[in-house]
Amino acid sequence: MGDAPREHDSHPSDTGPQPLDIEAFRAVQASAPYVALRRRHRLFVLPVTAACLLWYLAYVLVAGYAPQVFAITVSGSINLGMVWGLAQVVTTFAVTMTYVWYANKHLDPAAAEIRAQLETGAAPTATTTEVTA
Amino acid sequence: MSAALLTAALAPVLSAQATDSASPGDPLLNIAIFGAFVAVTMVIVFRASRNNKTASDYYAAGRSFTGGQNGSAIAGDYLSAASFLGIVGAIAVTGYDGFLYSIGFLVAWVVALLLVAELLRNTGKFTMGDVLAFRLRQRPVRIAAAISTLVVSFFYLLAQMAGAGGLVSLLLGIEERVGQSVVIAVVGGLMILYVLVGGMKGTTWVQIIKAVMLIAGAGLMTVWVLALHGFDFSRLLDAAVATTGNPAILEPGLKYGLSDVTRLDFLSLGLALVLGTAALPHVLMRFYTVPTAKEARKSVVWAIWLIGIFYVFTLVLGYGAAALIGPERIAAAPGGANSAAPLLAFELGGPVLLGIIAAVAFATILAVVAGLTITAAASFSHDVYASVIKKGTATPAQEVKVARITVVVIGLVAIVGGIGANGQNVAFLVALAFAVAASANLPTIVYSLFWKRFTTRGALWSMYGGLGSAIILIALSPVVSGAETSMIPAADFAVFPLANPGIVSIPLAFLLGWLGTITDRRREDPAKQVEMEVRSLTGVGAEKASAH
Repeated sequence: MGDAPREHDSHPSDTGPQPLDIEAFRAVQASAPYVALRRRHRLFVLPVTAACLLWYLAYVLVAGYAPQVFAITVSGSINLGMVWGLAQVVTTFAVTMTYVWYANKHLDPAAAEIRAQLETGAAPTATTTEVTA
Repeated sequence: MSAALLTAALAPVLSAQATDSASPGDPLLNIAIFGAFVAVTMVIVFRASRNNKTASDYYAAGRSFTGGQNGSAIAGDYLSAASFLGIVGAIAVTGYDGFLYSIGFLVAWVVALLLVAELLRNTGKFTMGDVLAFRLRQRPVRIAAAISTLVVSFFYLLAQMAGAGGLVSLLLGIEERVGQSVVIAVVGGLMILYVLVGGMKGTTWVQIIKAVMLIAGAGLMTVWVLALHGFDFSRLLDAAVATTGNPAILEPGLKYGLSDVTRLDFLSLGLALVLGTAALPHVLMRFYTVPTAKEARKSVVWAIWLIGIFYVFTLVLGYGAAALIGPERIAAAPGGANSAAPLLAFELGGPVLLGIIAAVAFATILAVVAGLTITAAASFSHDVYASVIKKGTATPAQEVKVARITVVVIGLVAIVGGIGANGQNVAFLVALAFAVAASANLPTIVYSLFWKRFTTRGALWSMYGGLGSAIILIALSPVVSGAETSMIPAADFAVFPLANPGIVSIPLAFLLGWLGTITDRRREDPAKQVEMEVRSLTGVGAEKASAH
């Protein structure tokens, strides 16, 4: 294909969407698998984000307004502040891995199925972005 | 070739300075190692650039990177000189408060992982403006997104370039302004070359190589410091207390616990860090360099691991510097607290390790500045030139040409700004960049992805309100006037007591986005909303990787 600009680049799709079959999207949005997918996605990401932010807020507030709590000795010269700080790192890692597990199990398969359905039968024009290759 | 050029450009400056070198190491060795880095990355950039044909190649590296590669590049982009030198120095001098600062930088990635990365990848193309323009009105939201992107990039860029000046005096022993200016110009010139030739692909490789060097170097020093203390962290802390003679370094409070104002200031900073990261334009743009939303998720996972491990290293390195060098020697060295990591490297591994760490520090500035520049150029060219000025009629070739011209202009502005800001107290600019990103960008991104009813007016109120309030508050803060450390110490119009505006500007931007929307009689196209939501969750019709 050489130097010729590819199709989708020549309409910098700055209108975002390509010509679309809106009815197909509407049908999907109302379908049970999609509603379930959206629910599972939001039920995970919104509360978990909020919990992580609150957990961090608690850490910052205690550090600022109750530093004597951080000074409590845990082992040798290691105090509660060090442990709590490292616990923030550990919980961040844990949330990350949990989300990856959750998405692989509960989000990706459903999303792939809906995508396949939209890209093949249900919505012939929705695939115009792929004329590239 | 470029290494030789660099050495040649610096040789006269160096010979003039060799006699009264302030660097503990060997400046020529430092330059040689940095030159080797430049030479290797230049070869890679030239090879990578062979495939730069389309706008997608130039801005988004043909969407061909894997999650692991992109995650490393994100870490390389994010772990700026401020994180590496700044946090190690902050822990060495102010103890626990330095660590407290670093935790916010990490926790922030949860927001990027859960709320932003995948949905953004599925609905956009090159820039933040793409996502907002999906279902809001093109012209106004793209202009607002471009302004905010340019402002954040400019603040961040200026902080990095000004930091280069301090680094030069420390690592190359160049203390006079002319010599430092030459080095800033050389760094800026190299950056322009990388971005001009390599586009996003070249920039990404520079960031990947730099991330590997930085994390490997920091890891080596961490193991070394721990080995010197019998792999007993408690013994390291004891040694730090013994050297500094101050047991308070193990607890919070030395920097942020001085008064109610400093405590509130830290809360404000923490808020800006955790909410700003996921809305930094150069971070957002990195999500477009991978082929799918799943790879975008993997990118963030990689970034979280690398960044998290790195900040644990900095805890050891900071207390290691306190134990082995001590705050007096650090404060007396050129560059102040920023010299803690290089001094520690010299203490451990002599001139060679210092040379490596020095090269890493320069590479850091180069990589971060390159990432910022391509982001700002893409935003101007794609959002302003192609979409607003040319109304979508520009060819990809024209668009890339405008992006390249913008790169040169931004590069020159960065060099001039860096030279002008050298020696000024501009450390607040990084925090301000995060505060602006958290205020101007994050509320609008979250609303447009999660709130059906959100309208163009809500977006504009939120973006301009967040941007404007953050900048006005910083202008009225002690950072700018009214204190000895202010930019303008002679004047006093500091009516806002905090150095970090986030605690006011972020809630205000969320409020304005909501208020602007609910009072808006105009409705956005519901069809676009349906399509955007379905696309964001399923990846239907998302931009594909180019087939090279």
